[in-house]
Amino acid sequence: MVPNLDASIALVAIAPFVAAALAPLVHRFTAPFSGWLLALIPAAIFAYLVSLAPQIMAEGAISARIGWVPVMGLDLSFFVDGLSLTFAATISGIGALIILYSGAYLRGHEHLGRFMAFLLAFMGAMLGLVLADNMLALFLFWELTAVTSFLLIGFDAVRQSARRGAIQALVITNIGGMALLAGVILVQQITGQWELSALRELEDGLRGHGLYGLVLACFLLAAFTKSAQFPLHFWLPNAMEAPTPVSAFLHSATMVQAGVYLLARITPWMGGTMAWTTLLVGFGAVTLLWGALAAFKQTDLKQMLAQSTIASLGLLVLLIGLGSETAIAGVVVYFVAHALYKAGLFMVVGAIDHEAGTRDITLLGGLADRMPVTFIAAGLGALAMIGLPPTIAFFAKEEMYLGLLTPDWQDIAVLVVLVAGNALLAAIGALVAIKPFLGPEVATPKAAHEAPLAMLVGPILLGALGIVAALMLSDFAHSVLEPAASAILNETVKSHLTWAIDLMSPVVWISVLTWGLAYWAYRQADMLRVLMRRFASGLGFTADDVFDAVMFGLIRFAGALTRLLHHGRLEIYLGTAFAMLALALMLPLFALGGIDALLPTAELGNWAGRLSWPPLAIHEWGVFGLALIGLVAIVVSRKRLYSILALGIQGTAVALIFLIFGAPDLAFTQFMVEILSVVILALVMTRLNLEDEDPRPFEDWARDGLLAIVCGLGVALLLMVVITGDLDTRLSDFFTATSVPIAHGHNIVNVILVDYRGFDTLGEISVLMAAGIAIMALLTGRRRKTATPVGPVVSATAPVEAIEPVPARRTRRRKAAP
Amino acid sequence: MNTIIFRTIAPLIVATMLVFSIYVCLRGHNEPGGGFIGGLIGASAIAVLGMATSATHARKALYFDPLSFAGFGVLLAGLTGLISIFNDNPFMTSIWLYLELGESTVPLSTPLVFDIGVYLVVFGTISSIALGLESDEGEEP
Repeated sequence: MVPNLDASIALVAIAPFVAAALAPLVHRFTAPFSGWLLALIPAAIFAYLVSLAPQIMAEGAISARIGWVPVMGLDLSFFVDGLSLTFAATISGIGALIILYSGAYLRGHEHLGRFMAFLLAFMGAMLGLVLADNMLALFLFWELTAVTSFLLIGFDAVRQSARRGAIQALVITNIGGMALLAGVILVQQITGQWELSALRELEDGLRGHGLYGLVLACFLLAAFTKSAQFPLHFWLPNAMEAPTPVSAFLHSATMVQAGVYLLARITPWMGGTMAWTTLLVGFGAVTLLWGALAAFKQTDLKQMLAQSTIASLGLLVLLIGLGSETAIAGVVVYFVAHALYKAGLFMVVGAIDHEAGTRDITLLGGLADRMPVTFIAAGLGALAMIGLPPTIAFFAKEEMYLGLLTPDWQDIAVLVVLVAGNALLAAIGALVAIKPFLGPEVATPKAAHEAPLAMLVGPILLGALGIVAALMLSDFAHSVLEPAASAILNETVKSHLTWAIDLMSPVVWISVLTWGLAYWAYRQADMLRVLMRRFASGLGFTADDVFDAVMFGLIRFAGALTRLLHHGRLEIYLGTAFAMLALALMLPLFALGGIDALLPTAELGNWAGRLSWPPLAIHEWGVFGLALIGLVAIVVSRKRLYSILALGIQGTAVALIFLIFGAPDLAFTQFMVEILSVVILALVMTRLNLEDEDPRPFEDWARDGLLAIVCGLGVALLLMVVITGDLDTRLSDFFTATSVPIAHGHNIVNVILVDYRGFDTLGEISVLMAAGIAIMALLTGRRRKTATPVGPVVSATAPVEAIEPVPARRTRRRKAAP
Repeated sequence: MNTIIFRTIAPLIVATMLVFSIYVCLRGHNEPGGGFIGGLIGASAIAVLGMATSATHARKALYFDPLSFAGFGVLLAGLTGLISIFNDNPFMTSIWLYLELGESTVPLSTPLVFDIGVYLVVFGTISSIALGLESDEGEEP
């Protein structure tokens, strides 16, 4: 037992992020060994997680929480049960091997340190995702995996295809992320629970609720985008632009399994309905067959594996949809087996690519002599992918067939799909792992030789684990299968995995049938490839094309909208803004009856006779006069500079009024703002090379004047309405009473700014800084453009790039830059 | 703008304004003042310096890019908020520390540091804009 369980479980998700921050530094100083060194962190996490296993087997689950926003009942809570432990151990275990592998695979790459940082950050996000109990935390980590995946796919950012793959993955998975957020909030609104562990204790879950359909749609969209289900599968093959360790880690063993994890996690309170089963089995079956067939179309080994991953994900979704005890047991065993062999096979493909210089299956052959250890690793992977004993994958297949041996036609249909899918997958496995090694030797772009040790540890170890798990079947069943399956179904599941193979059982013969079909598909791979290509060209478009069309349309739409709203005419911007202000002021006053408070009532009698001048002192009259002088000067003056100065005088008068009526802070600030406004406006004016005078045609003058009068009148009336009502002084009373005792300050304005509402101020200063950066960008941008001749004012049809605020009536007589 | 009188007394004005701006910023918790006003005064000082000499000269005198002051200010203000987390309090709970220096007590607090952050943001942003506008066409901003 660890001293503080809460902290140490939280650390599992946080430590990789810390390691990520340090990774570039570590790499700089220990370059050749950084892979070995950094792999220690995931390895330690793996060891810690495994040490939790006995407790989870005994108690079912461990929860941990640290306070997040206690006022709102939000905790950063974690929850380790059989399901999350299986996922977390897979992530950290494979993660350690991947980091080791990357050190060798990208050896000497100038950005290897950064790559390691991304990988570790991804691992942290993924661990957080599977350990999170709070659904908002789940969403947060879910999005973090998308972001880190984006960085990793686009790692080789100089290639256009890598950038495209990265953006595509981000867009598609983020659509799912948004759906997940919507789903999470809906569930919280319905049940009042943020926590997954509480949700699964609900009687009958959400199944009977009126919004069940909507919630289900949100979660399914999230899971289907993340786990690349048909027809949203197309981002996954494009994500293979990433370096091979990334494909092995993110796009086979972990990130794409997040959708599967989500579905498994919500099974206790969402699963089992007609809609659930139909949708999951339907989409899963289509994805399985589509992915497996599409794999035959490819000649690139990595693409073949990518397509087969889509198929495997479909298979898992299908099994979760079935939801029977054997199906769920199949999910757990298949997830583990798949993660082990698929990550291993990806690493093998990476090794072939690295050492032979190509991964095109038609250009490879006879590598077994040159890369014997790699061949062994590939063989172990293929054994599992085909589902032969003695690998754990064999039992996964047995388990999934077992529950479908009923005379029901639906079960038989699913069984047929599963057999076909498994057979095709097995054939792909054989093609990827055996074809490049056997047969006559083919000349490769690089003289092939054995891969370095760090690149072999992973696939060999993973392949061996697949066999060890099968050999220690009862231990595996007891420590992995039972806790995980029980966690998914929220009831105790007993394993019946056994080595005693009953030759009378049809399951064995279905397996044999699968292998037979696989052998046929392996022999006919070329024929299948031609068929699939003919089918694809007959179809005429791919999901990829649809994505491009949608994205292009979106950009066109955004461009059109920008041109409509952002036309570049400053006077129209200002006119629109002030017109809206006038509308916002006047509408409530007249349409909603606000003005009634100002109208003299009948009881007042002869109210005009009772009007009198306010008793103002002489200096107050002076301030009033100053404001008037400023105002008149602005309207009368024809020179721009005079107007700016007059505006400053008027503002100063307002500041003096603040001072007289006891708001020194406000007055002080107002003074400074007025001075700086005059200075900056004057500078802007000189910079824009405006004419000294501002001649306006009468219609402009009338329009601007009318707007000014309406806005001014609106503000004045609004303020008068405000002072007719009772002022609610609760807030100011609170501040007056508490500013000294609890905030230790006598200046209430300042105390509010930096203490009571410090968070607001933090936001305000951030906005201020951002505005400053934007203004500086505009200034530099303008300066760069001075080389080109100044054209006419930007018209409404100008391209988006050319749009920048162009002042009205800029003269064309602009002097060339000195 | 380029009169000899203005150019001669400008450094004096600027120095006085800068000192005053810091004074106003620091006393803000109990008297009229605070980071916002202080920052505005400081930025005006830099604007005056830029007018009297040149934007390039004012930038050199500042040593750091004006916008980095703003960035540092936001960082500082945000980080002061984080201190209270180590105290098991929510974000931005203020912490007070009374330093005994001889006979007088100097109250230090996280709101004070926060206010200095506000000062830096206002100072940095406004002087950056002012200097950007003051610099000549050919100059790099």
